Amino acid sequence: MLRRTLAAAALAVLAFTAPAVAQAPAAAPGGAPVEIQFWHGLPQPLGGLLEKIVSDFNASQPRYRVVPTFRGSYPETMVGAVAAFRSSSAPHIVQMYEVGTGTMLAAGRAIRPVHELLTATGVNIDFADYLPPVRGYYQSADGRQMSMPFNSSTAVMFYNKDMFQRAGLDPNAPPKTWQEVEAAARKLKEAGIACPMTTSWPAWIQVEQTLAIHNQPLATQANGFRGLNAEMRLSGALMVRHMQNLVEWQRQGLFRYGGRDAAADGLFPSGECAMAFASSGLRARILREGKFQWGTAMLPYYGDVAGAPRNSIIGGASFWVMNKGPNAGATGGRSDAEWRGVAEFFRYVSSAEVDAKWHQDTGYVPVRRASYEVTRRAGYYAANPGADVAIEELLRGGAATDNSRGIRLGGYVEIRTIIQEEMEKAFQAGQSAQQAMQAADTRANAVLRNFERQNARAAQ
Amino acid sequence: MDRKVIFKGRALPALLLLPQLAVTLVFFIWPAAMAVWQSLLQQDAFGLSTEFVGLENFADVVADPAWRGAAANTAVFASSVAMLALGVALFLAVQADKAIRGQRFYRTMLIWPYAVAPAISAVLWLFLFHPNIGLIGRALNAAGVMWDYQLNGGQAMLLVVIASAWKQVSYNFIFFLAGLQSIPKSVLEAAAIDGARPLRRFWTVVFPLLSPTTFFLLVVNLVYAFFDTFGVIHALTKGGPGKATETLIYKVYVDGVDNLNLGSSAAQSVLLMVFVIALTVVQFRFIERRVHY
Repeated sequence: MLRRTLAAAALAVLAFTAPAVAQAPAAAPGGAPVEIQFWHGLPQPLGGLLEKIVSDFNASQPRYRVVPTFRGSYPETMVGAVAAFRSSSAPHIVQMYEVGTGTMLAAGRAIRPVHELLTATGVNIDFADYLPPVRGYYQSADGRQMSMPFNSSTAVMFYNKDMFQRAGLDPNAPPKTWQEVEAAARKLKEAGIACPMTTSWPAWIQVEQTLAIHNQPLATQANGFRGLNAEMRLSGALMVRHMQNLVEWQRQGLFRYGGRDAAADGLFPSGECAMAFASSGLRARILREGKFQWGTAMLPYYGDVAGAPRNSIIGGASFWVMNKGPNAGATGGRSDAEWRGVAEFFRYVSSAEVDAKWHQDTGYVPVRRASYEVTRRAGYYAANPGADVAIEELLRGGAATDNSRGIRLGGYVEIRTIIQEEMEKAFQAGQSAQQAMQAADTRANAVLRNFERQNARAAQ
Repeated sequence: MDRKVIFKGRALPALLLLPQLAVTLVFFIWPAAMAVWQSLLQQDAFGLSTEFVGLENFADVVADPAWRGAAANTAVFASSVAMLALGVALFLAVQADKAIRGQRFYRTMLIWPYAVAPAISAVLWLFLFHPNIGLIGRALNAAGVMWDYQLNGGQAMLLVVIASAWKQVSYNFIFFLAGLQSIPKSVLEAAAIDGARPLRRFWTVVFPLLSPTTFFLLVVNLVYAFFDTFGVIHALTKGGPGKATETLIYKVYVDGVDNLNLGSSAAQSVLLMVFVIALTVVQFRFIERRVHY
């Protein structure tokens, strides 16, 4: 009996290995496949889904093999790539979060712009079909594609329909403007709900998104798209007004500050807060953990501001192509085949089917109109109401303006922390909203000037 | 019985020293030298444009109100951690040194926290004191105490001090216990016969005899609070709210790793290095002179 099992096992092993052996010569006509190093910063389960795309690409053709490596969080991946470049061992592709865009763009010789790569390799990707706020975030001021857009999200409002019902609010008519949000929050509080609203990502959602939606600048020079000499404009009238409202609402118990970055993410799925402004990517977690009826709505705006609402901006990450090291010369230290492999991988990632599946599996928005269509035709949005709110919000108000295209500031990781620190000081009542935004301007400008000085010569 | 080993020739001793020297050179001297060099430069993250600026980074760092704030935080933080960890450990050691039932069990349990990694201990404290998900945090809020360390700087500082000190208590406990056990019983008995009560015996006999241990531990605790508490702060508050719990070592990390401002980060770490060297010199001088175990 045992012998029979062993024999069967041996046969099974043979059955698996035999085709592989037979395929091996065919798989690499010119020798071994060209290896492309790819560093990413997505933890599980997202990282596994990304690596699945990579292995599908490897299986789809024999000439290139992309090797994905998880390098820790986005900041850790960024530091790793920077260090690798300095020691001439940079990966071909690195995934970089959106706030690192300004730093990467100023890196000059360290990166190879995607449009240059595509021209050189003759590979074509239809960027015109990409959602404008997605492609725009990663383009130069004159519209050339600098990095490859991939996982993108935006911020939306999630609301608890059960709580809305309890407070006598219409669960199918979520508030659209901040005035309506305030009125709803008061009713929710009167109904005994301890946390009417909260926000994740305070700097990204309450500052960057708010300014973009109202078509107001975060910084001069089109939010930094036109040059390193941009100056912060956080203490503009709208931002101070909104900050003042948040502080006031917090004092009255209508708003709860839940911490920096994603720290407040848990407050909505746990059923604690009635309204939450969060990344559209939080959807998956609410589906898994939320034991109540809930809905998705677009971010609110001030109804009395002319030109509002416009499109929101994206978060997430894009793929950057890197030269091997500082002394790699004109070829970037790579062979033509390697460049070609990178371009082919990008073309594979950009296909509507791959993108649509990624969108449905992860909750990130589709980056192309074609993948949005594919998903719609498959009946996904009919089965998952609210999953299309983020996309509609990105397309709201037509073409993106200088203020709603995105943010292109060097050292922006640090600036985001500064904004959150000054907001916290205002919430602690240590300073007024006006003082907080002015302090943030002053401190962020110092970062910008420092970055300008460090990069002025590298960019030339 | 002083026996010295005499080597014939120089090759063998040099060879035997080599591995240790190599490790020190590669993992300590060289990185430290790089940090000193980097602190004199202004450089973009990718190292493509470099400008030698002399001591400008140091001047910027010292003039930066954020750095001064971090220095003040560090002073408050380090002294609080050291006082709390030493005080609690001394109290526990004195209690555990008495003849009580289950002595071994208590000692083991008190030493245990030392084996917990800083980040894990921080998560444990987070589950206790988080205003929304923490056991004690929720209870405090339910009892009407406005507990939210994410917005209240004082509470945040209190939390990181407690979490950091908790870990160090075990270490101090071991040394205090050893110190207590090495005090001759005859001295204590003589004091008792002279009519000194327990408290008086402690302050006039035990505590002075423990002073070498206390001083050694004070230095170790200060160094711990300066350099080994990164994990606790990173996991609990990330230096916030505002900059209320940003210590010098945490600022080095934020400026170097998150903000990629290498020159400033290197200058800050060089300043820290100078501080540690000074602390070590003081410690050795003092101990050389005063301590007779």
